[in-house]
Amino acid sequence: MNAKSNQNDRLWMYATMVKSRHFEACIKPAYFEGKTPVFNMAKGPLPGEMHLSDGQEPCAVGVCAHLRADDTVTATHRPHHVAIAKGVDLDAMTAEIFGKATGLSGGRGGHMHLFDAKVNFACSGIIAQGLGPAVGAALAAKMRGEDSVAIAYLGDGAANQGAFHEALNLAAVWNAPVVFVIEDNAYGISVAKKDCTAVARNADRAAAYAMPGHFVAGNDPDAVHAVAGEAIARARRGEGPSLIEIETCRLEGHFMGDAEGYRPPGEVDRLKALDPIPRYRERLLAEGFDAADLDAAEAESQRQVDAAFTAARAAALPDPSEVYDHVFA
Amino acid sequence: MSSPEAPTRKLTIARAMSEAIGQEMAADSAVMVMGEDIAKLGGVFGTTTGLLEKFGPERVRDTPISETGFIGAAVGLAGAGFRPVVELMFVDFFGVCMDAIYNLAAKQSYFSGGQVTCPMVLMTSVGGGYGDAGQHSQCLYATFGHLPGMKVVMPSNAHDAKGLMLAAIRDPNPVIFMFHKALQGMGWLGTVKRSITHVPDGDYTVPLDRAQIAREGRDLTIVSLGLGVHHALDAAETLAKSGIEAEVIDLVSIAPLDRATVRQSVGRTGRLLVVDDDYLSYGVGAEVIASVCEDGAISLKATPRRIAHPDVPIPFSPAMEHHVLPSAGKVLEAAQAMLEPAL
Ligand SMILES: Cc1ncc(C[n+]2csc(CCOP(=O)(O)OP(=O)(O)O)c2C)c(N)n1
Ligand SMILES: [Mg+2]
Repeated sequence: MNAKSNQNDRLWMYATMVKSRHFEACIKPAYFEGKTPVFNMAKGPLPGEMHLSDGQEPCAVGVCAHLRADDTVTATHRPHHVAIAKGVDLDAMTAEIFGKATGLSGGRGGHMHLFDAKVNFACSGIIAQGLGPAVGAALAAKMRGEDSVAIAYLGDGAANQGAFHEALNLAAVWNAPVVFVIEDNAYGISVAKKDCTAVARNADRAAAYAMPGHFVAGNDPDAVHAVAGEAIARARRGEGPSLIEIETCRLEGHFMGDAEGYRPPGEVDRLKALDPIPRYRERLLAEGFDAADLDAAEAESQRQVDAAFTAARAAALPDPSEVYDHVFA
Repeated sequence: MSSPEAPTRKLTIARAMSEAIGQEMAADSAVMVMGEDIAKLGGVFGTTTGLLEKFGPERVRDTPISETGFIGAAVGLAGAGFRPVVELMFVDFFGVCMDAIYNLAAKQSYFSGGQVTCPMVLMTSVGGGYGDAGQHSQCLYATFGHLPGMKVVMPSNAHDAKGLMLAAIRDPNPVIFMFHKALQGMGWLGTVKRSITHVPDGDYTVPLDRAQIAREGRDLTIVSLGLGVHHALDAAETLAKSGIEAEVIDLVSIAPLDRATVRQSVGRTGRLLVVDDDYLSYGVGAEVIASVCEDGAISLKATPRRIAHPDVPIPFSPAMEHHVLPSAGKVLEAAQAMLEPAL
């Protein structure tokens, strides 16, 4: 990639991180509507569990900057940042989360089950279960002789699930063009990674499956971009799978309403001081980006999100009788 | 040696479960607990509150997200003389670990010709109604009830929750202990108040294989379990206002199924309505209705009916979810239709 397009990617990464963060910022008050003063997950326009991605944006943008619509991404129960970076239709995604008829699946799936076939995006609420399908999508591309790739996102906790190990072995055996991306936010719900993972670095597990394993420190979009660029290019060249472990952080609770009693005191404040988005803005400014360009990108990101929320709220709920549609094709 | 106890000591099902496990851990050093978020957090659904503090990390173990591993380990521990209580956070996650459950735990006694038992409890949350969609809202009673070699129970109230848990831990067989999220008494989810009941602080058991008559009546038998019992009781209260007395049976146990209690009741009332929130086909309703029809000696005054979740994945959008989930209103409507000639 030449320097100029790299600079375009950097502006895009910044704008997309801002878009994702603003998206979550709009979810928050909407989620608590109807849930105050007494919190009840069943109430309000956004019922159910809600897993926010604040803090994890570099994992989404650093990887997805290299992707095309025909590349596949499978994401997790915490999917918003990745969906936005992959180019999932923002209006339809927002409407889906509000359970509206105009949503990606007409309200059937909701926040943990976002599917957008136009950009080959899917996610699942079952831990590590996106990995097998990513290997399959990668194998499909390979068998067709296409150079598209598949990315499977997972959390640090998911690396202890059997499906992770099966999928990595399979990808290596089949030399499938797939990149496994671990968002290491140090927790699976309340359980600290260090208390439930036999290795300090999940990237080291790549060695067991004869594929390159990369650890990216510092929750840094540029560093993710560099490492992911190499792994994805390698996969496109037919040289096989890679594993990337990204050190990131979860700035919010596991899900909204989480009391977070399992965190050491002061942890969230320490993490917030290292918020990757303002840090990235400072870096871009220091490296010569124009503040006006960043401001304009920021404003445009926010405008798109605001418009998506306005449209989603105004949209109609699905006709209940349509619940029977699509059980079978 | 229990302290003088206020007859009004009311507990949620969550509290009743954690109290039962704690009491049995104190009484029997072979009892231990494992699962995701069950130690420091005390369980996402409050089933293990306070146990880590009391019994320490050796007997109260947070596990990695490795259900096949730790549920398989529970089978091994049970075979080695421990009495593990393990939590599968949502029953919907059974897909990643079912082999350890139905091919190992449920067959250990049989395939060893009784040499090795499997005294373990697998507790797991069921049920929707709060917008969590179909990977976090299913019930799967029939899936588990169908497989021989394990007992499957679910309380509709806190009193039974404690007694069933004590019985389950002491039972020499694997027991699937389901608890319904709409009854659990978590601060972050609504709870049907009727499920919060007086719970004796001492030791008692509730049989794992007995249905209970939750309300007596002569005109119609409504059979249900868990949340459905409350829908049935709500409907029965409304019916009573027009002079109709519905009998409500709380199955308590999915496997084994207490067919005798159901048959006896329907023999008296001549009408049978079954309510559950699992998928309809091949479900609890089918099994209960078949049990009555197979009896041969019961004369029915109306065609038996069943209410369940239709055969579609549980949808997210509340507009759709509430359309397909059973409710007291649907129970009432079905009951009235069955009684029409009598009305
Ligand atoms: C098979 C399975 N087990 C358990 C869960 C419950 N669960 C949902 S999120 C989560 C923690 C996941 O941790 P991690 O993979 O690190 O992702 P993070 O939430 O930190 O983004 C757990 C245990 C699940 N959804 N699926
Ligand atoms: Mg994590």
